[in-house]
Amino acid sequence: MDDKTVFLTICGMGAVTYLPRLLPMLLLSDRRLSPWIARWLSFVPATVLAALLAPGLLCRDGELTLELNNFFLLAAIPTFFVAWRFKSFFGTVAAGMGLVALGRYFF
Amino acid sequence: MKQQEYSAQEKKNAGFWSGVRQALPIVLGYIPVGFAYGVLAQKSGLGLFNGVAMSVIVFAGSAQLIGAGLFGAAASPFTLIFTTFVVNLRHLLMSAALAPKLKGWRKWQIALFGYELTDETFALHSMRMAKRAPPKIETFAVNITAQSSWVAGSLIGYIAGGQIADVRPVGLDFALPAMFIALLVPQVVKPVYLMMAILAAGLSVTLYLLDFSQSHVIIATMVAATVGVGVEQWMTKPSS
Repeated sequence: MDDKTVFLTICGMGAVTYLPRLLPMLLLSDRRLSPWIARWLSFVPATVLAALLAPGLLCRDGELTLELNNFFLLAAIPTFFVAWRFKSFFGTVAAGMGLVALGRYFF
Repeated sequence: MKQQEYSAQEKKNAGFWSGVRQALPIVLGYIPVGFAYGVLAQKSGLGLFNGVAMSVIVFAGSAQLIGAGLFGAAASPFTLIFTTFVVNLRHLLMSAALAPKLKGWRKWQIALFGYELTDETFALHSMRMAKRAPPKIETFAVNITAQSSWVAGSLIGYIAGGQIADVRPVGLDFALPAMFIALLVPQVVKPVYLMMAILAAGLSVTLYLLDFSQSHVIIATMVAATVGVGVEQWMTKPSS
C-alpha cells in the first residue's frame, strides 16, 4: 500500500470508530430514557471494564494460562488491592507496571 | 463589570487545570501504551506521518495495536476498516451510558466530546458525572489531555522504535490492564455490580477462548448487564 492509501484507510478506520462513539449520545442526550434502559446502562461501566480486563490477565496466545509464570495475573492481585485500599488511580497504574517489571527482573 | 469578566475567566482557567489534573492517571497509562503502539507502528512499516495520524484520527488503543499489526501483515483496507469497526463497536454502549449526563449540551459540543470517548475517558467521566454536572471546560480538558498524551506517546515510541527490540522488560505492556483495574474498582459500588463484573469477566474469557476474539467484550457486557437488571429486580422484589 502506498502512503496515500494507508492514510485513506486510517481515515476510514477513524470514521467507523467515531460513529459508534457519537451516535448514541447525540440521539439520546435529550430524551428521557425508560427506567429499565437507564438501569441496564448503569451496569455498563463495571461490566465493560471487567470484560476488557479479564482476557488480558487470564489468556496468552488464545489459551487459558493460570500458571505461576503468568506475571500479569500475579501482579493483578496486589494491583487490585492497591486500587481498593488506596483509591489512587495513579498509584494503581504505577504499582501494577512496577510489579510486572520487578517480577520479570527477578525471575 | 470588568471584575466579573475577570473572575469568569479565572473560573475557566481553574476548571481547565482541574481537568488536566484529573486526566493525569490516564496520562500515566497512555504514554507507555502509546509508546508501545508507536514502536509497533514503526516496526510494521507505517510512515511517521501515518503512524502518528492514526493516534490523532482513530484514538483507540487496542484497535490501533491490532491495526498496526494488520498493516504490517499487508491486510487489505477493507479488512483494516472492518476489524477496527468490530473492535470499537463497544463504544456504542459507553456512549449510550453517558448520554443522560449530557442533557442540554449543544450538538457540536457532543460531537467534540464523542470524538475522544475511549474506554479510559469513559470510565473517568462516568465517575465524574455520577453525582454532579462538572464544568464542560473541565470535561474537555480531561479529553484533550488524554489524547495529547496518547499522541505524544505514539510519537516518542515511533522515534524510539528503531532502537528498541521489545517493550516488555519494563512492564509497559501491563499499563493497559493496570489502567482497567484502576478504573474498574471504583465502579463497583454495589454488590450486584461486583457479581456482574465477575460474570462479564468469565463470559468475556470464555468467548475469547472460543474465538469470538473481536466481539467478546460487547457480547459479555450486554449479557451481564441484562442479567444484572434481572438480579436487581429479583432482589428488590418485596418478599410475599
